[in-house]
Amino acid sequence: MQALDTTRGAPRETRKPGLRLWNAAAIAIALALIAPIAVVGANLFVPGGGAWAHLSATVLPDYALNSLALVAMVATGTTVVGVACAWLVACCEFPGRRALEWALALPLAMPAYVIAYAYTDALQFAGPVQSSLRAAFGWAAGDYWFPEIRSLPGAAAMFVAVLYPYVYLLARGAFLEQSPSLAEAGRTLGLPPWQAFFRVSLPLARPAIAAGAALACMETLADFGTVSYFGVQTFTTGIFRAWLSMGEPVSAAKLSMLLLAFVAVLLAAERLARRRARFHDAPSSRRRSRVTLSRRAGTVALATCLAPLAFGFAIPAAMLARLSLQGGDEQFGARFATLAANSFFLSSITAVIAVALAVVMAYGARISRSPVGAAVNRVAALGYAVPGAVIAIGVLIPAARLDNLLADAAGSLFGISMGLMLTGSLVALVYAYLIRFLAVALQSVEAGLARITPAMEDAARSLGLGPSATLARVHLPMMRSSLVTAALLVFVDVMKELPATFVMRPFNFDTLAVQAYNLAADERLAEASTASLAIVAVGLVPLIVAARRMVKPEAPTAP
Amino acid sequence: MILMTHALEIRDLRFSYPGMPPVVEGFNLSLAEGEIGCLLGSSGCGKTTALRCIAGLEPVHGGEIRFRGEIVSRPGLTVPTEERRIGVVFQDYALFPHLNALDNVAFGLRALPKPDRRKRAAELLAMVGLPGSGAKYPHELSGGQRQRVALARALAPSPRLLLLDEPFSNLDGDLRERLSLEVRGILKAQGTTALLVTHDQNEAFAMADTVGVMRKGRIEQWDTAYNLYHRPTSRFVADFVGEGAFIDGLASDSDGIDTVLGALKHCPGCELKPGMPVALLLRPDDIQHDDAALLKAEVVKKAFRGAEFLYTLRLDDGKQLLSLVPSHHNHAVGEKIGIKLDVDHVVAFPRAEGADD
Repeated sequence: MQALDTTRGAPRETRKPGLRLWNAAAIAIALALIAPIAVVGANLFVPGGGAWAHLSATVLPDYALNSLALVAMVATGTTVVGVACAWLVACCEFPGRRALEWALALPLAMPAYVIAYAYTDALQFAGPVQSSLRAAFGWAAGDYWFPEIRSLPGAAAMFVAVLYPYVYLLARGAFLEQSPSLAEAGRTLGLPPWQAFFRVSLPLARPAIAAGAALACMETLADFGTVSYFGVQTFTTGIFRAWLSMGEPVSAAKLSMLLLAFVAVLLAAERLARRRARFHDAPSSRRRSRVTLSRRAGTVALATCLAPLAFGFAIPAAMLARLSLQGGDEQFGARFATLAANSFFLSSITAVIAVALAVVMAYGARISRSPVGAAVNRVAALGYAVPGAVIAIGVLIPAARLDNLLADAAGSLFGISMGLMLTGSLVALVYAYLIRFLAVALQSVEAGLARITPAMEDAARSLGLGPSATLARVHLPMMRSSLVTAALLVFVDVMKELPATFVMRPFNFDTLAVQAYNLAADERLAEASTASLAIVAVGLVPLIVAARRMVKPEAPTAP
Repeated sequence: MILMTHALEIRDLRFSYPGMPPVVEGFNLSLAEGEIGCLLGSSGCGKTTALRCIAGLEPVHGGEIRFRGEIVSRPGLTVPTEERRIGVVFQDYALFPHLNALDNVAFGLRALPKPDRRKRAAELLAMVGLPGSGAKYPHELSGGQRQRVALARALAPSPRLLLLDEPFSNLDGDLRERLSLEVRGILKAQGTTALLVTHDQNEAFAMADTVGVMRKGRIEQWDTAYNLYHRPTSRFVADFVGEGAFIDGLASDSDGIDTVLGALKHCPGCELKPGMPVALLLRPDDIQHDDAALLKAEVVKKAFRGAEFLYTLRLDDGKQLLSLVPSHHNHAVGEKIGIKLDVDHVVAFPRAEGADD
């Protein structure tokens, strides 16, 4: 027996071989993804000098106040619109409800800066709306008051129009999960339907609504295109000004940290709200019965739901289409093809890498069965809350230093002058995208993995497969649709991303988003419309797929 | 050494989750080649954890596990599951939903060339009674059919040891009994060594050669079904296996017990001393209904079981007994009926003075 001990039971790893590797890979990825954010944070302690003193004395209060005002307006607007639509769709029955259920998510395909261009063109002095008003009433310039779209409230309206689906989707889910007997219990206790909604259903859905509003606010804070186009001074425009116009990386980093502080508050609120949401009562197995609305009430409900869909999607899409048909033609051809190819290339390469990394991280956390793995993934997912501008600063500061070091070394060692290798390279840009959008892939992949019972890997292991072979032969085939969803969502997000692309793209390397922004900034809105429309069109396909799946939950793992 | 001939040998196994009392502790077990063993216990007794340790799905924190003499688990060493050459039938079967029945069965046969793989998988499907169902996907199969596919899949690579985790618990009673006998037949025909985990006595008794009754992470008694029922070595096992009631008695000599129901002889293994207070186990079949008997007991409850009634009876001193009576003796609750003792196997345990029940 002793002999057997030494020959066959020779010292081996306690844990399964390969497990360490999976863990190490997951941790390495997470560290790489949060490093730039740490770089930005470190700059908080670098003395800012005169430029920072000047900034903080003059424009900083404006940045803070404008950002706060925007967030407050967006939170209110998205909550009202999102909750109203969610409740109608979840609790009432009226013509068109089924189609609206997923169509209400469509504005998510519209970047805020794109509808900003569309509405500006339509509502400006020379635009069709004001022109026809003047023609109809015989007014001249200055005879009448017309709201200025390019203002802070205008920007808030743009955000509400495209971001309300965050609240809508989460609130709808919460309403559907509530046991119908809760509201019915309210009714039996003497509450009329409306009060049953305000006193029972709404309070129960509050955590979900808060989470949705927090997500919408995070997107608002991350925006650069809209506020910059509308001339609203916020943290993101400030960061870019400090970085690009003033050449003040330290000030840009300090502004970034302040912006991050805002985001952190929202993120904490979102996490807290979601955790509370989990404690609510278990979904009822009973089928929900919807209140069938009378014909008149049904028409009102339909109109209520169609309005946000129209303002957030249909109207701007139609205006863009009209613009590009009328004046966008010079955009087509070789130049446009190059832009589209650039966008497609960046988006697909990021999507593939993001999904691969997400699989490594999610699977590593799953098989290690340790809370550490899950925590590491949560940290890596934080990048989604970090505005693209901040990530850009975090990547560019160390990249520039590294470039200088490399250039100096190459110069002194080999006597050659090499340009900047990292700054303005595609590698740095894709890296920045990954920091921001890995969470999107991770969420889909984790959801797909969670649908596979742990007994599946136990079974595969008992049949002689190691962890990697198990992943390849069991998990990946079983979660194929989740992987596709993950890739599509990342693809669309990269396609729409503006601020990071704007500062980090290689020289002379433009994408659809950058082109749309540049043309719009030059007031060439008609020309900007083609690129904008292309971004929306590309985003639409996966959004419809994902939204329809969200609305009609996937059947459990059929082959 | 004799130990090395055992297919499975577990010594002093211990497992605990961090910061919790051990789930499995002082666990010992050995299975001979071709033997079918069973761990029987209520939920939370550690039986599934023990099975997972044997499968290598959990590390052990004390003791050792050997397959044919070779150490596969001890603190600091866990041979990975995939290198143990075991088969596992999971409670929910864990069939791969993206593969059809044939591909599920062929999943573990990677060493064979592809045509042989399919041939062997088809043979196994036929063996478990599902010839021609290979093209069906798991969701197209009934519960019993999935069970059979899971068994075929686990047996396909000819494992050294087959582990079954509550394999029949998702099936209806009728099918459960039929399948457990059938599976036993298949395992015996293959000469497979197997260990089953269940909370269902009937399943344990139908499947296994030897059954271990588990309590608080250890095996209380490792024995045949017959002995567990008729020769339980502890009060826990006596209570857990089968039905019955305890009455008080006093040892009259080293092999006899006096009770209110009469005197009994022959209590092997009881280690009696004259005057020692004991608790005597009375199975429902130990107490017979006899109208002529002088001893009377009141019917407290009755449960109809087809051929028999299970009566709960109360003696004059308030003690309750169970009695199995042919069902043509239909007595009303509250009625007093005559009973007599007919005990083949006297089972008694020392009783602390003054302790009740």
